Amino acid sequence: MKSERLDIRSSDDVVRVRQLTRTLAIEAGLSLVDQTKIITAASELARNTLDYGGGGVLLAELVEALGRRGVRLTFEDHGPGISDVEAALKDGFTSGKGMGLGLGGARRLSNEFSIQSKPGEGTKVAIARWK
Amino acid sequence: MDRIPILKFGNALLVTIQVDMHDRLATALEEDLTSKIVEHNAKGVLIDISALEIVDSFIGRMLDNIAAVSRILDADTVVVGMRPAVAITLVELGLSLTGVKTALNVERGMELIKARLRTSDTDEEDDVEE
Repeated sequence: MKSERLDIRSSDDVVRVRQLTRTLAIEAGLSLVDQTKIITAASELARNTLDYGGGGVLLAELVEALGRRGVRLTFEDHGPGISDVEAALKDGFTSGKGMGLGLGGARRLSNEFSIQSKPGEGTKVAIARWK
Repeated sequence: MDRIPILKFGNALLVTIQVDMHDRLATALEEDLTSKIVEHNAKGVLIDISALEIVDSFIGRMLDNIAAVSRILDADTVVVGMRPAVAITLVELGLSLTGVKTALNVERGMELIKARLRTSDTDEEDDVEE
Protein backbone atom coordinates (compact mmCIF):
# COMPACT_ATOMS: atom_id res chain seq x y z
CA MET A 1 0.00 0.00 0.00
CA LYS A 2 0.94 3.62 -0.22
CA SER A 3 3.83 5.06 1.76
CA GLU A 4 5.69 8.35 1.85
CA ARG A 5 8.80 9.73 3.58
CA LEU A 6 9.09 13.26 4.88
CA ASP A 7 12.09 15.03 6.38
CA ILE A 8 11.47 16.92 9.61
CA ARG A 9 13.90 19.83 9.78
CA SER A 10 11.80 22.90 10.63
CA SER A 11 8.46 23.89 12.16
CA ASP A 12 7.07 24.17 8.60
CA ASP A 13 7.79 20.45 8.28
CA VAL A 14 5.62 19.81 11.37
CA VAL A 15 2.75 21.44 9.44
CA ARG A 16 3.58 19.20 6.43
CA VAL A 17 3.49 16.13 8.70
CA ARG A 18 -0.04 17.11 9.80
CA GLN A 19 -1.15 17.61 6.18
CA LEU A 20 0.29 14.28 5.00
CA THR A 21 -1.27 12.48 7.98
CA ARG A 22 -4.66 14.06 7.19
CA THR A 23 -4.46 12.91 3.56
CA LEU A 24 -3.68 9.32 4.57
CA ALA A 25 -6.27 9.29 7.37
CA ILE A 26 -8.98 10.34 4.92
CA GLU A 27 -7.82 7.69 2.42
CA ALA A 28 -7.93 5.06 5.17
CA GLY A 29 -11.53 6.06 5.84
CA LEU A 30 -10.99 7.10 9.47
CA SER A 31 -13.85 8.95 11.17
CA LEU A 32 -13.48 12.68 11.78
CA VAL A 33 -12.65 12.14 15.46
CA ASP A 34 -10.07 9.46 14.62
CA GLN A 35 -8.55 11.68 11.93
CA THR A 36 -8.24 14.48 14.48
CA LYS A 37 -6.62 12.12 17.00
CA ILE A 38 -3.98 10.73 14.65
CA ILE A 39 -3.17 14.19 13.21
CA THR A 40 -2.76 15.59 16.74
CA ALA A 41 -0.56 12.64 17.77
CA ALA A 42 1.52 13.13 14.58
CA SER A 43 1.96 16.81 15.42
CA GLU A 44 3.24 15.99 18.93
CA LEU A 45 5.68 13.35 17.68
CA ALA A 46 6.92 15.50 14.79
CA ARG A 47 7.66 18.32 17.24
CA ASN A 48 9.49 15.90 19.55
CA THR A 49 11.58 14.71 16.60
CA LEU A 50 12.44 18.32 15.77
CA ASP A 51 12.97 19.74 19.26
CA TYR A 52 14.57 16.80 21.08
CA GLY A 53 15.89 14.62 18.28
CA GLY A 54 17.44 17.49 16.33
CA GLY A 55 15.33 16.62 13.29
CA GLY A 56 14.64 13.31 11.62
CA VAL A 57 12.36 11.57 9.21
CA LEU A 58 8.76 10.37 9.10
CA LEU A 59 7.66 7.25 7.27
CA ALA A 60 3.89 7.51 6.74
CA GLU A 61 2.05 4.43 5.50
CA LEU A 62 -1.46 3.50 4.51
CA VAL A 63 -1.78 -0.04 5.90
CA GLU A 64 -4.27 -2.88 5.74
CA ALA A 65 -4.64 -5.90 8.00
CA LEU A 66 -7.52 -8.30 8.62
CA GLY A 67 -9.67 -6.30 6.23
CA ARG A 68 -9.16 -3.06 8.13
CA ARG A 69 -7.39 -0.01 6.83
CA GLY A 70 -5.30 2.28 8.91
CA VAL A 71 -2.44 4.74 9.09
CA ARG A 72 0.97 3.92 10.51
CA LEU A 73 3.50 6.65 11.26
CA THR A 74 7.12 5.97 12.17
CA PHE A 75 9.27 8.86 13.41
CA GLU A 76 13.01 8.32 13.57
CA ASP A 77 15.80 10.59 14.70
CA HIS A 78 19.48 10.22 15.51
CA GLY A 79 19.43 12.61 18.44
CA PRO A 80 20.54 12.08 22.03
CA GLY A 81 17.91 9.39 22.71
CA ILE A 82 15.92 8.86 25.88
CA SER A 83 17.60 7.14 28.83
CA ASP A 84 14.41 6.38 30.77
CA VAL A 85 11.59 5.65 28.31
CA GLU A 86 9.08 4.74 31.04
CA ALA A 87 9.57 8.12 32.72
CA ALA A 88 9.33 9.92 29.37
CA LEU A 89 5.89 8.40 28.79
CA LYS A 90 4.50 9.93 31.97
CA ASP A 91 2.57 13.19 31.66
CA GLY A 92 4.54 16.17 32.81
CA PHE A 93 7.90 14.70 31.83
CA THR A 94 9.90 17.17 29.80
CA SER A 95 13.54 17.85 29.22
CA GLY A 96 12.79 21.07 27.36
CA LYS A 97 10.26 23.82 26.91
CA GLY A 98 7.18 21.68 26.27
CA MET A 99 4.36 20.63 28.55
CA GLY A 100 5.47 17.04 28.65
CA LEU A 101 2.30 15.72 27.04
CA GLY A 102 3.87 14.72 23.74
CA LEU A 103 4.75 11.04 24.15
CA GLY A 104 2.06 10.01 26.64
CA GLY A 105 -0.56 12.03 24.75
CA ALA A 106 0.42 10.48 21.41
CA ARG A 107 0.14 7.01 22.97
CA ARG A 108 -3.37 7.74 24.28
CA LEU A 109 -4.45 9.05 20.86
CA SER A 110 -3.28 5.93 19.00
CA ASN A 111 -4.41 2.31 18.77
CA GLU A 112 -0.82 1.07 18.58
CA PHE A 113 2.27 2.63 20.05
CA SER A 114 5.87 1.51 20.23
CA ILE A 115 9.09 3.24 21.11
CA GLN A 116 12.73 2.25 20.84
CA SER A 117 15.43 4.54 22.09
CA LYS A 118 19.10 4.26 22.93
CA PRO A 119 21.05 7.06 24.58
CA GLY A 120 23.47 8.52 22.06
CA GLU A 121 21.89 6.73 19.11
CA GLY A 122 18.41 8.11 18.64
CA THR A 123 14.74 7.40 18.99
CA LYS A 124 12.15 5.60 16.89
CA VAL A 125 8.46 5.97 17.68
CA ALA A 126 5.72 4.21 15.72
CA ILE A 127 1.98 4.74 16.06
CA ALA A 128 -1.03 3.40 14.20
CA ARG A 129 -4.70 4.21 14.10
CA TRP A 130 -7.15 1.73 12.56
CA LYS A 131 -10.56 2.22 11.08
CA MET B 1 7.14 36.59 8.13
CA ASP B 2 3.39 35.87 8.09
CA ARG B 3 1.25 37.29 10.87
CA ILE B 4 -2.26 36.45 12.04
CA PRO B 5 -4.36 39.66 11.73
CA ILE B 6 -5.75 41.18 14.91
CA LEU B 7 -8.90 43.32 14.53
CA LYS B 8 -10.01 45.93 17.04
CA PHE B 9 -13.64 46.71 17.84
CA GLY B 10 -14.37 49.02 20.72
CA ASN B 11 -12.49 47.80 23.76
CA ALA B 12 -12.01 44.29 22.41
CA LEU B 13 -9.68 42.50 20.01
CA LEU B 14 -10.76 39.80 17.57
CA VAL B 15 -8.51 37.11 16.15
CA THR B 16 -9.70 34.54 13.64
CA ILE B 17 -7.17 31.77 13.09
CA GLN B 18 -7.73 30.51 9.57
CA VAL B 19 -4.46 28.77 8.73
CA ASP B 20 -2.67 25.70 9.98
CA MET B 21 -0.19 27.55 12.20
CA HIS B 22 3.43 26.56 12.44
CA ASP B 23 4.95 27.10 15.88
CA ARG B 24 6.68 30.41 15.09
CA LEU B 25 3.40 31.87 13.82
CA ALA B 26 1.68 30.86 17.06
CA THR B 27 4.45 32.44 19.13
CA ALA B 28 4.25 35.63 17.03
CA LEU B 29 0.49 35.81 17.63
CA GLU B 30 1.04 35.53 21.37
CA GLU B 31 3.50 38.44 21.29
CA ASP B 32 1.40 40.59 18.93
CA LEU B 33 -1.72 40.15 21.05
CA THR B 34 0.10 41.12 24.21
CA SER B 35 1.34 44.40 22.74
CA LYS B 36 -2.07 45.17 21.13
CA ILE B 37 -3.84 44.70 24.46
CA VAL B 38 -1.64 47.38 25.97
CA GLU B 39 -1.67 49.62 22.89
CA HIS B 40 -5.50 49.70 22.63
CA ASN B 41 -6.21 49.32 26.35
CA ALA B 42 -8.32 46.29 25.38
CA LYS B 43 -10.55 44.66 27.99
CA GLY B 44 -11.46 41.61 25.95
CA VAL B 45 -9.83 39.22 23.48
CA LEU B 46 -11.95 36.92 21.32
CA ILE B 47 -10.11 34.09 19.56
CA ASP B 48 -12.09 32.19 16.91
CA ILE B 49 -10.60 28.73 16.30
CA SER B 50 -13.53 27.28 14.31
CA ALA B 51 -11.25 26.80 11.28
CA LEU B 52 -8.64 24.83 13.25
CA GLU B 53 -8.68 21.11 12.48
CA ILE B 54 -6.46 20.27 15.43
CA VAL B 55 -5.21 21.88 18.63
CA ASP B 56 -2.05 20.18 19.82
CA SER B 57 -0.12 20.83 23.04
CA PHE B 58 1.78 23.73 21.49
CA ILE B 59 -1.32 25.62 20.34
CA GLY B 60 -3.09 24.68 23.58
CA ARG B 61 -0.22 26.17 25.55
CA MET B 62 -0.36 29.30 23.37
CA LEU B 63 -4.07 29.72 24.21
CA ASP B 64 -3.34 29.20 27.90
CA ASN B 65 -0.50 31.73 27.80
CA ILE B 66 -2.58 34.35 25.99
CA ALA B 67 -5.35 33.96 28.60
CA ALA B 68 -2.89 34.22 31.49
CA VAL B 69 -1.03 37.24 30.12
CA SER B 70 -4.22 39.08 29.16
CA ARG B 71 -5.62 38.47 32.65
CA ILE B 72 -2.54 40.13 34.14
CA LEU B 73 -3.09 43.03 31.73
CA ASP B 74 -6.76 43.28 32.86
CA ALA B 75 -8.33 41.78 29.74
CA ASP B 76 -10.56 38.70 29.41
CA THR B 77 -9.83 36.04 26.77
CA VAL B 78 -12.61 33.93 25.29
CA VAL B 79 -11.84 31.11 22.85
CA VAL B 80 -14.78 30.32 20.57
CA GLY B 81 -15.77 27.81 17.91
CA MET B 82 -13.79 24.74 18.98
CA ARG B 83 -14.83 21.76 16.85
CA PRO B 84 -16.25 18.78 18.78
CA ALA B 85 -13.56 16.40 17.46
CA VAL B 86 -10.90 18.87 18.61
CA ALA B 87 -12.43 19.06 22.10
CA ILE B 88 -12.52 15.24 22.41
CA THR B 89 -8.90 14.98 21.26
CA LEU B 90 -7.67 17.75 23.57
CA VAL B 91 -9.07 16.03 26.64
CA GLU B 92 -7.55 12.69 25.63
CA LEU B 93 -4.24 14.40 24.98
CA GLY B 94 -4.35 15.61 28.58
CA LEU B 95 -4.98 19.32 27.99
CA SER B 96 -8.06 20.72 29.69
CA LEU B 97 -7.34 24.44 29.11
CA THR B 98 -8.47 25.23 32.64
CA GLY B 99 -7.30 28.84 32.44
CA VAL B 100 -9.17 29.61 29.24
CA LYS B 101 -12.77 30.81 29.00
CA THR B 102 -14.63 29.23 26.10
CA ALA B 103 -17.91 29.82 24.28
CA LEU B 104 -19.63 27.84 21.55
CA ASN B 105 -19.59 30.59 18.93
CA VAL B 106 -18.61 34.19 18.24
CA GLU B 107 -22.00 35.60 19.34
CA ARG B 108 -21.84 33.96 22.76
CA GLY B 109 -18.20 34.89 23.15
CA MET B 110 -19.04 38.51 22.38
CA GLU B 111 -21.81 38.42 24.99
CA LEU B 112 -19.29 37.25 27.61
CA ILE B 113 -16.92 40.06 26.71
CA LYS B 114 -19.70 42.69 26.61
CA ALA B 115 -20.91 41.56 30.03
CA ARG B 116 -17.37 42.06 31.32
CA LEU B 117 -17.19 45.51 29.68
CA ARG B 118 -20.48 46.56 31.31
CA THR B 119 -19.20 45.46 34.72
CA SER B 120 -15.98 47.42 34.35
CA ASP B 121 -17.98 50.50 33.16
CA THR B 122 -20.09 50.27 36.32
CA ASP B 123 -16.95 49.96 38.42
CA GLU B 124 -15.60 53.16 36.94
CA GLU B 125 -18.87 55.02 37.57
CA ASP B 126 -18.84 53.79 41.16
CA ASP B 127 -15.34 55.13 41.55
CA VAL B 128 -16.47 58.56 40.34
CA GLU B 129 -19.40 58.65 42.75
CA GLU B 130 -17.18 57.74 45.66
